[in-house]
Amino acid sequence: MPVSQDILVSIRSDVDIVVARQKGRAMAADIGFSATDATLIATAISELARNILMYAQTGEVMTRRVETAQSKGILIVAHDNGPGIRSIPDVLRDGYSTSGGLGLGLPGVRRLMDEFTIESELRRGTTVTVRKWLK
Amino acid sequence: MEVPILKQGRFLIATIQAALSDADLLQLRRALIDQVIRFRSRGVIVDVTALDVMDSFATRTLRDITNVIRLRGADTVIVGIQPEVAFAMVQLGLTMEGVATALDLEEGLAHLQQRAARNT
Repeated sequence: MPVSQDILVSIRSDVDIVVARQKGRAMAADIGFSATDATLIATAISELARNILMYAQTGEVMTRRVETAQSKGILIVAHDNGPGIRSIPDVLRDGYSTSGGLGLGLPGVRRLMDEFTIESELRRGTTVTVRKWLK
Repeated sequence: MEVPILKQGRFLIATIQAALSDADLLQLRRALIDQVIRFRSRGVIVDVTALDVMDSFATRTLRDITNVIRLRGADTVIVGIQPEVAFAMVQLGLTMEGVATALDLEEGLAHLQQRAARNT
């Protein structure tokens, strides 16, 4: 997989959220996802980028085309060096939020995508990796 | 990207023209509430046809707009939520409970006119 196909968007302000999701949508359409799936992907990126801005202030969203023998898909990695998450099971529960904000983010993103992993270390940061496959 | 707001008699029509940042959405909320107060509007339509994504922030802001305007005794209708956007909202777990929605501008106006007729 050529590295040049990765799209990296720095998240520093609310405008970057829009940029990240628009670039992700364009890549999804390019891979062959339907308009509905491209919107699901763009919505997931929007929530992931918003979490970065809300909890870590800065970070980045990387979008990559992935291919296996069976399928094509899209990989999204949202990474920050923010405060980290104390309890991952808590943030994966519907309705949980530490910012008094929305409490929907991660469980919702998990439903939008096919694969979801999260790694976090206190005071080190958080990385959320999601994939969606063409069906 | 400011959202134009058109005054049509006692109604206001805000037509979103492109993807909006969080700041744009908050500006729309401010502008709509200001104008509802200034013009003593009876109803507001927000046309979201051009919105690429309705994520948690957009949904919450539209709900806030509706709630504040309701406290002023006026109605809000959100029109033009695209089918794929609606599908993504449901998957994400977002609801617009208590918020009137309609297919398009025409149906939104009809809804407001009915409500206004009932209240006079």
